[in-house]
Amino acid sequence: MKNILFALLVRPVILFVLGLNIRGRNKLPDKGPCVIIANHNSHLDTLVLMSLFRGKSFAKVRPVAAGDYFMKNKFLAFFSTKVMNIIPIERKMTRDFRGMFKPVLEALDDNGIIILFPEGSRGEAEQLSKYKSGIYYLMREKPEVPIVPLFIHGLGKALPKGSFVFVPFFVDIFVGDKFFYTDNRNDFMIEMNERMDALQEEGQFNEW
Amino acid sequence: MNINLLTDEVLYVLIGIVAVLIISTIITKIMKQKNNSSGLKEVEMRIRSWWLMFIIFTFALIIHSTISLIFMALLCFLALKEYFSLIPFNRAHRLVLFWAYMTIPIQFLLIYLGWYGMFIVFIPVYMFLLIPIQAIIVGETKNFLRSIATVQWGVMLMVFGLSHLAFLLVLPGREESVAGAGLVLFLVVLTQANDVAQFIWGKMLGKKKIIPKVSPNKTWAGFIGGVLTTTVLAVILAPLITPFSLLASIIAGLYIGLTGFIGDVNISALKRDLNIKDTSAIIPGHGGILDRVDSLTYTAPLFFHFTRYFYF
Repeated sequence: MKNILFALLVRPVILFVLGLNIRGRNKLPDKGPCVIIANHNSHLDTLVLMSLFRGKSFAKVRPVAAGDYFMKNKFLAFFSTKVMNIIPIERKMTRDFRGMFKPVLEALDDNGIIILFPEGSRGEAEQLSKYKSGIYYLMREKPEVPIVPLFIHGLGKALPKGSFVFVPFFVDIFVGDKFFYTDNRNDFMIEMNERMDALQEEGQFNEW
Repeated sequence: MNINLLTDEVLYVLIGIVAVLIISTIITKIMKQKNNSSGLKEVEMRIRSWWLMFIIFTFALIIHSTISLIFMALLCFLALKEYFSLIPFNRAHRLVLFWAYMTIPIQFLLIYLGWYGMFIVFIPVYMFLLIPIQAIIVGETKNFLRSIATVQWGVMLMVFGLSHLAFLLVLPGREESVAGAGLVLFLVVLTQANDVAQFIWGKMLGKKKIIPKVSPNKTWAGFIGGVLTTTVLAVILAPLITPFSLLASIIAGLYIGLTGFIGDVNISALKRDLNIKDTSAIIPGHGGILDRVDSLTYTAPLFFHFTRYFYF
């Protein structure tokens, strides 16, 4: 069902209505386990990131999403889990990181390609909000798994938070070099921020 | 296949284009064996893209006139999208862009209906007056003029201007032997040939720059050589696929050569202002759709009115 939806609807719309400019496509891993982190501005982010993968690796793509939002009602829950194949997690303060991330860790054991938005929620259009440290606690459990940073520009213009009117725009995607977990939480967060900022600056976008 | 559109003469011209493409492919192959420079690689990539564009364009033109219209609407959409993705814009006026996109289906419906009176005033009059209303409703006045003016400029060039190409297809009262497809072919071939000829003459003889601040690669030799080549080509092609007399075909050639150049440097000036090289990377070796149709945004409306005034 996921394959049909993407082949008939998602991929053609992304190709013709939006249009992708991808820089550094060869840095994108073709198999798991790995964690893709990206900035989050629009519901379309997940669909576009998933569409970057094809064939065998497409089957392994699992976006991590907020359980409280995407499991809200029966229809949404069906669409999220059965079609999009998301991993729902609870967005709340907890000390039990292992328990919270258990489904993600299982997916990584299964050579999954995990898509994760460390901002935790869709931010203001085309602006980076502060990254949450959840990614640090996840990677602490799996320090050997590579992290691929990725910056998306354009979807926050096409379909920003709070809008239902879709306006076509080109989407620019910058794929960065992979990096790994470091033991110090502060260092890790700084490194991640620097990598994402560097990708953002590559584009030199007009303010929006 | 739409036999009406595919007259023998149109077929000859298409075969001629294939011949030119084959010859240029062979020439670059031979030159490449002598020296393998990066410039040559780009030319090779461009020619490969020319092949693909030629094949898509030919199919769009000859299968059915409705398909031709849809294809041209898609072309307008892609060019407009590239433009909207590049310009600085106030996000509060996002919905203005939505309505700007909506002009494309309406404009092409008018063309489909052959409703010339509305086709010619819909964007310059009605959309010109309607577009600000959306921004007024939103209520954001910061950069109001910039938003309205940039959208209007884009819609005029990329939708109004380019859609004249499509209206050539439905010009009323055309003679049996000269279908609209012939005129479209004439305009597109001459406009693109003009671009290529200007490039080649400029590379061979170009010294004195014509507008160094806007487009540093454009030279007087390229410009004059391009216009003359286009005129010669116009005289050769006109008897086959247009109703033009010899004098009219000379004027059409000069006209397309000159206005194609202006359309080209018009978009160059835009890109220089926005500090970018290509409008996107959709066509390998060429850049974006807008880089390819830049000349057409000028030649299509001007050639259309020239033709309509004197021949229809």
